Amino acid sequence: MTINDILKETSSGLLSNKVRTGLTMLGIVIGIASVIAMLAVGNGATNSIQTRIESIGANLVVISPGAPRTTGSNVRASRGSANTLTMADVNAISNGVTSAKYVAPSVSTQKQIVAAGTNTNTSIVGTTPSYVDIKNIVIDFGTFFSDEQVNQMAKVAVIGPTTRDDLFATGTDAVGQTIRISGNEFIVIGITQSKGGSGPSSADDIIYIPITVAQQFLIGNKYVSAINISAQTADLVTDVQNQATDILLANHNITDPTKADFSTMNQSDMLATASSITSTMTYLLAAIAGISLLVGGIGIMNMMLTTVTERTREIGLRKAVGAKKFDIQIQFLVESMMLTIIGGIIGILLGIGIAWAITLTGLLIAIISPMSVILSFGVSAFIGIVFGYYPAARASNLNPIDALRYE
Amino acid sequence: MIECRNIKKSYINGDVETKALKGVSFTINDGEFVAIMGHSGSGKSTLMHILGALDTPTGGQYFLDGQDVSKLTDDQLADIRGGKIGFVFQSFNLLPRAEVIRNVILPLVYLHVPPEEREKRAQEALRSAGLEENRWHHLSNQLSGGQIQRVAIARALVNNPSLIMADEPTGNLDTQTGEIVLKTFQDLNKKHGHTIILITHELDVAEHADRIIHIKDGLILSDEKNKNKKTVII
Ligand SMILES: Nc1ncnc2c1ncn2[C@@H]1O[C@H](COP(=O)(O)OP(=O)(O)O)[C@@H](O)[C@H]1O
Ligand SMILES: [Mg+2]
Repeated sequence: MTINDILKETSSGLLSNKVRTGLTMLGIVIGIASVIAMLAVGNGATNSIQTRIESIGANLVVISPGAPRTTGSNVRASRGSANTLTMADVNAISNGVTSAKYVAPSVSTQKQIVAAGTNTNTSIVGTTPSYVDIKNIVIDFGTFFSDEQVNQMAKVAVIGPTTRDDLFATGTDAVGQTIRISGNEFIVIGITQSKGGSGPSSADDIIYIPITVAQQFLIGNKYVSAINISAQTADLVTDVQNQATDILLANHNITDPTKADFSTMNQSDMLATASSITSTMTYLLAAIAGISLLVGGIGIMNMMLTTVTERTREIGLRKAVGAKKFDIQIQFLVESMMLTIIGGIIGILLGIGIAWAITLTGLLIAIISPMSVILSFGVSAFIGIVFGYYPAARASNLNPIDALRYE
Repeated sequence: MIECRNIKKSYINGDVETKALKGVSFTINDGEFVAIMGHSGSGKSTLMHILGALDTPTGGQYFLDGQDVSKLTDDQLADIRGGKIGFVFQSFNLLPRAEVIRNVILPLVYLHVPPEEREKRAQEALRSAGLEENRWHHLSNQLSGGQIQRVAIARALVNNPSLIMADEPTGNLDTQTGEIVLKTFQDLNKKHGHTIILITHELDVAEHADRIIHIKDGLILSDEKNKNKKTVII
């Protein structure tokens, strides 16, 4: 039997019942397509989170209130809930951390914003001008507020482009307009440039106001919810972390560093945390898709077993005219492999299509990794072998006489 | 040459043992046309399966061209079938979705005949079996019973077997079509020198052969030359 013969026999076998062949293939198509699409979504999410973290500023160290995770326990107080960082800590860090380039405290809250008949709900960050340098914020229209405005508690606001689009006309220069937050009127003095990214925590859907104003009018206490520090160089990030930790421990009279009432985190920590979360999510998605692939494989086995039973006479006949076990086995094995490979190719195309459609919706940019395509193709061929093996073995072991006698 | 020495075959189904052949011995020389005749259930098909290397006996020895076939493995038996034996079955056993020519080519595929030779040999076989050329590319389920049996004969011929075995080849045909098929066997025997074993329960059919082996209940009742051989005049 040449390869050509095998292909001829198997394709005529598959074409003899097109509906059944198609339905069986559908299982594999759906399985492979979902694996490809799920991995693409997972990759896209990872990528988008990474870009977002990178976009919040290089060499960044963030100090948050609340205790870090203690060894042997996963319990940690929520970052926002602990009131342990004060403006005194901020000043001590500004003066004491020599490796720091910029230091900016921040408080954050979520409020309903009203402007000229429209309103939106967005996050508000109260901070100081250094924040602009730490987080690489670029101003599109107007200016950011000054240290003077912070000290004078000026009710001014710098808004993100998405917030601007929600409150005023898309793309306009809204500088000079008034917005109301919790009954306080703020003058818009600047609009930031888009950082890209979307969703509820986008850096574009945000309002910056002086920290003093936020503490006084929106939050009602003098604590800060984060101290953002940018190190002078990437090499000094750990240095900054150590210096800031020492200063705060001293300020808070804590001798045992494991009992610290704050935690420090640098950008690579955040990236590591985020990517461990997203890869877990990706694996979870892929596992679900994998299950549907398995179900598809069982469908193949089911169909092949039915086929073997239906074609008992044909198998007997082939054996009577000289077919050996191997000839029969390879025919049925190639038949199930053809099913899964063709199904796999269609599935890959469909998966790419789904990923593309998801990208089009704007929710996130799905990224198809070539590896997932190669892997899916390999997996589908493998499924063909695994789930085709038993039916093929059964066919090849049929006794020619029993097979010929079979009605 | 075929030599059977005290061939026995019993089937065991659970506790029930059926002795289909109880010790059968005979010799068939090359070029003979032999009919094996007996009532239904007498063991004819069982004997054909053994002679055709589709099955092995549970006792005795079977030599085909000097080789002891009784103890070969499944794949070795497949080799013997593919190389030396051609079958024609009662119910026609063609691949229904395949063209006539592909049905005839099938044994050559398993015999590893190079693809370019196959078509030519299939055409020769179809010509010897007497199937009109305009039917060669029909699907086999578009043919009449007689035509199907000719395709089956062509397929049995295509590997140039030393032995052609036919199990009730006329059983599903009307008398006239049956006569034509029997004449084809006579021609193949006389003109091409093929050894033919014809299995039938009808004396009428058996009388087309040169020798009739009569079996009953798994034993040979008689084995003699056919004195009134029928020739078919069409
Ligand atoms: N696979 C089998 N299992 C059990 N008994 C069988 C089997 N094949 C044939 N037999 C029995 O063997 C006997 C001979 O059968 P068979 O050779 O088919 O007879 P014939 O072809 O002459 O009608 C019968 O009694 C039949 O029932
Ligand atoms: Mg019979």
